[in-house]
Formats: sequence, structure tokens, C-alpha cells
Amino acid sequence: MSEVRFGQAINRALVDAMTADPAVVLFGEDIARPGGSFGVTRGLLDRFGAERVRDTPISEAAIAGAAVGAAMSGLRPVVEIMFMDFITLAMDALVNQAAKAHFMFGGQASVPMVVRMPHGGGINAGPQHSQCLEAWLAHVPGLKVVCPATPVDAYGLTRAAIDDDDPVIVVENKSLYALKGELPDTPGSTPIGSARVARKGRDLTIATYGAMVAAALNAAGELAREGVEAEVIDLRSLQPWDESAVLASLARTHRLVVCHEAVEAFGVGAEIVARAADAGFDDLDGPIVRVGAPFMPPPFAKALEDWYRPDAAKIIAAAKRTLE
Amino acid sequence: VAKAKAPSADELLDLYRGMRLVRETEERLGALFADGEIPGFIHLSIGQEAVPVGVAAALERTDTLASNHRGHGHAIAKGLKLDRFFLEIMGKHGGYCRGRGGSMHVADMTVGMLGANGIVGAGLSIAVGSALAHQVRRTGGIAVVFFGDGALAEGLLHESFNLAQLWRLPILFVCENNGWSEFTPSARQLATDPQRLAAAFGMRASKVDGNDVVAVRAAARTAVGEIREGTGPHLLECNTRRGRGHYEGDPQKYREAADLDRVSADDPITRCEARLVAAGVKRENIDAIKREVAERVAAAVATARAGESATPADLVEAVYSSRREAHA
Repeated sequence: MSEVRFGQAINRALVDAMTADPAVVLFGEDIARPGGSFGVTRGLLDRFGAERVRDTPISEAAIAGAAVGAAMSGLRPVVEIMFMDFITLAMDALVNQAAKAHFMFGGQASVPMVVRMPHGGGINAGPQHSQCLEAWLAHVPGLKVVCPATPVDAYGLTRAAIDDDDPVIVVENKSLYALKGELPDTPGSTPIGSARVARKGRDLTIATYGAMVAAALNAAGELAREGVEAEVIDLRSLQPWDESAVLASLARTHRLVVCHEAVEAFGVGAEIVARAADAGFDDLDGPIVRVGAPFMPPPFAKALEDWYRPDAAKIIAAAKRTLE
Repeated sequence: VAKAKAPSADELLDLYRGMRLVRETEERLGALFADGEIPGFIHLSIGQEAVPVGVAAALERTDTLASNHRGHGHAIAKGLKLDRFFLEIMGKHGGYCRGRGGSMHVADMTVGMLGANGIVGAGLSIAVGSALAHQVRRTGGIAVVFFGDGALAEGLLHESFNLAQLWRLPILFVCENNGWSEFTPSARQLATDPQRLAAAFGMRASKVDGNDVVAVRAAARTAVGEIREGTGPHLLECNTRRGRGHYEGDPQKYREAADLDRVSADDPITRCEARLVAAGVKRENIDAIKREVAERVAAAVATARAGESATPADLVEAVYSSRREAHA
């Protein structure tokens, strides 16, 4: 067991995957020599060489498209999109090519590619470098989307994504890269589609993912002082998401808050709420309350961004609403 | 283009047979579509057959190929089985894609055919990635992508040229320049031309009469040979003519009759027949090939007609390769 940062855990996952399988290759903007905008791929060029670790030009569409072709031709590419906001430039490769190849070619092909991309605010990067757009991707049949909250899951989900035969989007909240946590000496993979209970509680369920897991745990700590025991579910995977884990928790607590950093309207949370309102209807003793960013682009100035991002106080307010 | 050895009569007959097969197939597709036996829409490459047939003659089975929406010729030239091809386009369960793809998504991974594509230019970056796989895995193979001149205006093409050249990837870019971008003359869509575009990236390039199957084969062989030796990408521009509308049923009101007349005057199959006759091949041998091809296509159509319709029974499980938990 050793203490590592979230970004180092991803680096370790890449090292272990590349060591295990020569078909794993990395490419993206500034990932090789510079080691990545957030340092996640540092040292990999020296370790695995220029054939398998490549800097690309600033060409998001070609990066994603080449990953599709490489994955259909025997490689397992892991590519980086420097900021999730730039995925707009690569959407055809993801939506029309990667997501559909297995289905539309009648099962002949699989596309074992991974696209890593940081989302979220916290560094005052402004409207085009802070968005959380994962709902777009989770909406596309054929893609899988994961979003770790801890170093151990950053490792485990990255390994699982690389091992998966389908295209997997690994969304990394950029405010988490420096987060420290314990990583076993031989860490394992985290199954895609399985949530974890980050804190047990009996009074309400808070379902969340990514950076909001820490905010939810803070909120749960505050609520506990007032005698309210909140259960925090870290979804870890968004597509597929662990519906049974959320419904099982709801069956115990009878109240649900769903939280994400992404804009609240039409987000991942809306899907979770819809399923809870349907399959979990009989278990509900209060309104399901969502916590997300307001319907606007992420603003730049610190005072504005602090106001914009969901936090423990907003989660507590939501919890109190459903408990009323 | 370096002067290649003239083809033997047998080689010429093979090229002729290949083009006849594409032509016969597409004429049948056109008729089936007109009769309502093919759903959706189809794009025919009638008049352009010398390009896929000439290029495929320079390829190995293990080379990979990315195609586009006008891709029937690419698929057949790469060796797809006719019955599964027709089954797919007619929406049958036994088709290459179990009826999920249709004309614009025919693929056969066993012969390296990575798929037709409904998105203009998308095949370029897929082929770049496939070429990367050939390079990293040292397969000795190359990737080929066919695209029309309409794709020259797509940003992805420029990104793909740049990346392929930077990484010296083993890829042949084949531009089927038929002068039309859907309903608009390409001259009104591109501020440069393919040769200058390749030059801008420092990429090797050549231009060939795309309706001369022998010239296409020679140019492709030269380019493919160099690519296999590690010279990096090559753009092969094949000038050809689109015999039909953008899609079947396109009334082509935007097109002058004289333009269509030029198509028939420059037909690659008629030109190949003339070459066969000049090489001393007997008319009856040519006719025998026509008959043989027509019989093969008719048999495939009969199989496809008799095939079971595609079924939704297995669709829900078909979205992902690896697991079934993904939630609808």
C-alpha cells in the first residue's frame, strides 16, 4: 500500500496496461515529451518509446478518428483529449464511428479504444475549459462512460477501460488530479458499471460521481452532526450506471438526492431521477432533488466559479428539502 | 507515373471481370432499388469502376481499406462475398451486418474492409489509425482509403493528411475525383486542387486517368510499392466521372446533358473492352465473362431475395461487444 495522487494512479494504470499488452498505445496533444497538460502521462515516453507514446498535432478529430481505425486493426489505443470541452471537435469519431461500429457491422468489429479527458471547474479555466459534458456521451448507445472519484478507482477504471472491448470514455475531474489516496501494491481493476457505497447511512441517499463525491461526503459529515445519516453512492460508471445499487440504497433510505458538477438540466442526474421515480416509486417518501450547476456556461472569475460549482452547502440544502 | 509493364491478356481479362462485377452488381442494385426491394437510399459508382478495381489489384488481402458512401465497388474489389453483400443491402439477417448497416455500412473484417461510411471524410482518419496499427504491429500491410473530391473540403481530411505525413504512415489516400460534390460542381467547393493540397503537406502524390484501369493499377502499384518500403503516405488522384446522380432517384436537375454524355463516351468498361480487342482477345471470351458475371450476380440476388428478413430479436444485445449491462 502506498499513497499516490489521483493523476499518478492513472499513470500507474497506463504503465501496467502497457507492460501487460504491447497493443496498448498512447497518443494525444502534448502527452509524450511534455507528459500531458496535467502531467498524467509523464515518463511514459521514456519508458515505452516513441512508437507507443506519441505527441499529436492539435487535431482532436483525427486523434479520435485514428483511435477508431487503430482499435479496429489490432491496437488498444488510449488517447487524451486535453480538455473535455474539446470533445466537440471529435464527436463524429465517437458518436458515428466508435459507438456504432460493433452494432452496425453486425458484430464483426469491436473498437477497444479509451478516450481520457478532464472535465470540471476549480481552476478558473473559464467557459471553454471547465465544462462537464458527460451526459452527451452517456446518451450515445455504444459508448461507455466512467468517472472516478478516488485514486484507487482512477487506477481501476482506467485498467478496466483499457481491457474493455468497447469504446470507453474516462472522464477525469481536473480538480482531483492532486487528490491523495492509498493504492495497493498490486491494485485491481474496478468493474465498469458498478457503484460503491462511499458512506453508509439510513436517512437519505446521495448518488453522485467524480469530484462531487468528496462534496457529498462533506455534506454527509455536516448532516451527521444534526443527526441525519446520509448514504453516499459513488456511481463510478455513468454508462452503464449501477441502477440496482441506487435503487437498493433508496429502498433502505426512502429519499434521494442526485448530485453532479455538470449543469443540472438534462444531465446524467435526470436519467437517474427518472429511473428512481419509475422503478423506485414505491420506496420514495420525499421528492427526489437534484443538485447541479445552474443553466449557464462555467464562468471564469473565482468568485463566479465558486458560486457556480455545486458544493456541500447546496447538497445539504437539497437533503433538507427531501427530508422535510 | 512510371511506365509499368503492360498487362498480359489474362491480367487484362481479370481487370475487366472485376469491373464488370461491380457494374453488374450496381445495375442490379439500381433496379432492385427502383422496384422497392431495397429500403433507404443507395449511391452508385457506375462509371468509376476502374478506380477500385485498379487499386485493389495492387493490394494484399491483409491490407485494410476504409470506404465511403459510394463504396460498393470498394467492397467488391476488396473481395466481399456477393451473396452476403446483397443480403445486407436488402436488409436481410444473413447480410454482412445482419441488416443493421445497409449500403452505407457494408464491411467485412476478414478481408480488411473496415466499412463503407455515411459521413463524408470519416474514413480518412479511420484509415490513418489503421495505418498506425500496421506500422506499430509491423504487419507489412498498408491502409487504403477511398474518398471523393467532396471530402477535400472536410477539415478531417487536412488533419489526416498532416498526421499521416508527420508519422510517415503506410497509407494510400485515393481521391476519386468525379467532379461533383453531391449536387454541386467541386470547382465551386474547393479553392485548391488535390495535387497542391498534397504538396502543401509534403506528401507524395500522383494523378491518373481514373477511367483507365490499367493506368490506375500501374499508378497504385507504384505508390503501394513505395509505401511498403516506408516512404510514408501517398495521394493518388483518380480523375473519373459519376455516371448517376448523387443517390439513386436523384433527378440531377443541376446537371447538363452534355456532362452525362461525357460519362458514356469515357466509360472505363467500354475502354477496357477496346483494349482487350486490340490485344487480340476474342469477342466471345469477353461475352463469356459478361455472362459469367451476370450469372454470379443473379445467383446472389436470388439468395438475397430468399434470405430471412433481419430480426430485432438480437438487437438489444448487439450494442456492446463485451457486456450487456449498459442501460438503455
